[in-house]
Amino acid sequence: FVGAGGGNDIQWCFSQVKGAVDDDVAEADIISTVEFNHSGELLATGDKGGRVVIFQQEQENKTQSHSRGEYNVYSTFQSHEPEFDYLKSLEIEEKINKIRWLPQKNAAQFLLSTNDKTIKLWKISERDKRPEGYNLKEEDGRYRDPTTVTTLRVPVFRPMDLMVEASPRRIFANAHTYHINSISINSDYETYLSADDLRINLWHLEITDRSFNIVDIKPANMEELTEVITAAEFHPNSCSTFVYSSSKGTIRLCDMRASALCDRHSKLFEEPEDPSNRSFFSEIISSISDVKFSHSGRYMMTRDYLSVKIWDLNMENRPVETYQVHEYLRSKLCSLYENDCIFDKFECCWNGSDIVMTGSYNNFFRMFDRNSKRDVTLEASRENNKPRTVLKPRKVCASGKRKKDEISVDSLDFNKKILHTAWHPKENIIAVATTNNLYIFQDKMN
Amino acid sequence: MFVRGLKRKCFDGEEDIEGTLAGIKAIPSYNLQRQSLLDMSLVKLQLCHMLVEPNLCRSVLIANTVRQIQEEMTQDGTWQMINTQSTGQASLDRLVSTDILCRSSRDQAEGKHVPAYGTFNKDFESDQAQDSSETMSTAPSVQAPRNLQSNVWEMDNPQENKGNFQKSLDQIFETLENKSPNSVEDLFSEVDNSYYDLDTMLTGMMSNTKMGHCDSLETFSSPTNTASNSNCKSDLNDLDHIVEILVES
Repeated sequence: FVGAGGGNDIQWCFSQVKGAVDDDVAEADIISTVEFNHSGELLATGDKGGRVVIFQQEQENKTQSHSRGEYNVYSTFQSHEPEFDYLKSLEIEEKINKIRWLPQKNAAQFLLSTNDKTIKLWKISERDKRPEGYNLKEEDGRYRDPTTVTTLRVPVFRPMDLMVEASPRRIFANAHTYHINSISINSDYETYLSADDLRINLWHLEITDRSFNIVDIKPANMEELTEVITAAEFHPNSCSTFVYSSSKGTIRLCDMRASALCDRHSKLFEEPEDPSNRSFFSEIISSISDVKFSHSGRYMMTRDYLSVKIWDLNMENRPVETYQVHEYLRSKLCSLYENDCIFDKFECCWNGSDIVMTGSYNNFFRMFDRNSKRDVTLEASRENNKPRTVLKPRKVCASGKRKKDEISVDSLDFNKKILHTAWHPKENIIAVATTNNLYIFQDKMN
Repeated sequence: MFVRGLKRKCFDGEEDIEGTLAGIKAIPSYNLQRQSLLDMSLVKLQLCHMLVEPNLCRSVLIANTVRQIQEEMTQDGTWQMINTQSTGQASLDRLVSTDILCRSSRDQAEGKHVPAYGTFNKDFESDQAQDSSETMSTAPSVQAPRNLQSNVWEMDNPQENKGNFQKSLDQIFETLENKSPNSVEDLFSEVDNSYYDLDTMLTGMMSNTKMGHCDSLETFSSPTNTASNSNCKSDLNDLDHIVEILVES
């Protein structure tokens, strides 16, 4: 983190930006999810138009030792198409809500992508050789007249230009009445969960025609509905444990060994409300938009509208740390309710167990270092787009006199929101999605 | 709302709220603000009721907010509509609008009589002076425990408007549940009945009620000229679109 202090502070530099330059954003290009794979070599994005774009990191350039490999387009494919539910007369959006990578087992890569209703398993494989020298076929595929064959030869593989192919291997459909908000792959790498507003289902990656319902919070009478599921994730190490968060700011940890239907939580994480901050918007801003386990699995992080909270799995009655993302918005909640911004769902991500990152408005994003307790606000903007330009920390002026270089709350652009961010699993490389652009930042080396 | 570069008066600190009584006249009362929030929420619910695929989380959160307000207003004894002294025309519009929003379309079809909202609660008159000095952030009736909404629904209350209100909420969730092939007709039949009123109400809201009320809910500064509420405008466009479809079919 830039500023006075130890050499351990990370200085973030611009590396790349992907996407259209012009301000006129095509709806289909709006990025809806960002995810690194397990090695960090691949970076996937999903958009509102149902497309998945995968970037691959270049092998490190020996001559350019001061920067890590760049990410270039590796594969682009249409994952989901718009559909129409004839029974309800409703359109099903093709927007990709989440992408999750499977760990690599062989030469091919696999990922799960989901829209509101259907999850798909995609195989991404490379082809860089092709067979040549068939006896009965010409090179263009036409069949030869067998009578013209006088000698026989053995076909051989010859190199060709690299082709990356994506093919759907499994389609997991018709299991969700409500909109899918999360998918999470189990640590057994055989099963995964998908969560919608009211239910969570458990799938086996090989089986598409059935899933097990493991959580159901739908009331018998829909009129009594007051709470929905907002996010869910499997524990990174314990294959029978998962958590799900709710619109009332609670997190429930469930153990699948306890019963087939995990309607009774094993643990309930909830922070008592602060009576001095109570308003009509208290419940809305307490709604959790994302939940993520730390890599070790000892902690989990939740994101609500104004803050990020770190929970120790051993302590249910309050978080161990709370970080304010944009507290200056607390006095603006009514306006944000009016223009619906209060319902924006921000995600968050970990760097190991030490630093957490989340987005905000005005294309700002925030990082919190749990060890040093320092935080920084950075901006994803094309103004800083010279490679290796160090990002300057930004500051929002909440009230009173605005200092030079500060931005007042009223000047913030609430249409420029950073909802999706991702951290490379091994290196200090981050991917930050603005509305339709993907920014990649790296830490300054040497 | 937040147009880049548009400067607005910065309100400095909450000390001034309690301090300046002279400014009280310019500050809408807590009840007005609360009513404004209720109106806004009901509009949001109605509009997402009409949208093709409502976002369930958003609907639930808005519905819960509406219930909270209604709960508080019931405890206050101010559930009957406020008849404000300020601009008579504006208040009348609001009376009409909230009444219509809370009235179920079934009642309209049956021609049921819904009691006029204009009854003025005498007790409230004395309360209002007290309320006007209270801030939004401190919920005044916290003494009564915030119970489950079942408490509220079970309360013996002869007022029909509360039942109608609940029916509206119920309809919203029922529609989400409704998987019958006739759901499209149901969806649009409800729109059909209350459409004109919604349109009138929205137009009324746009011209008469200042969006600045919303600012006051947080900052208590005098309502400044805010940028037009593009959200409301786009909802109006959706409405026009729906009417076009209905008219053409």
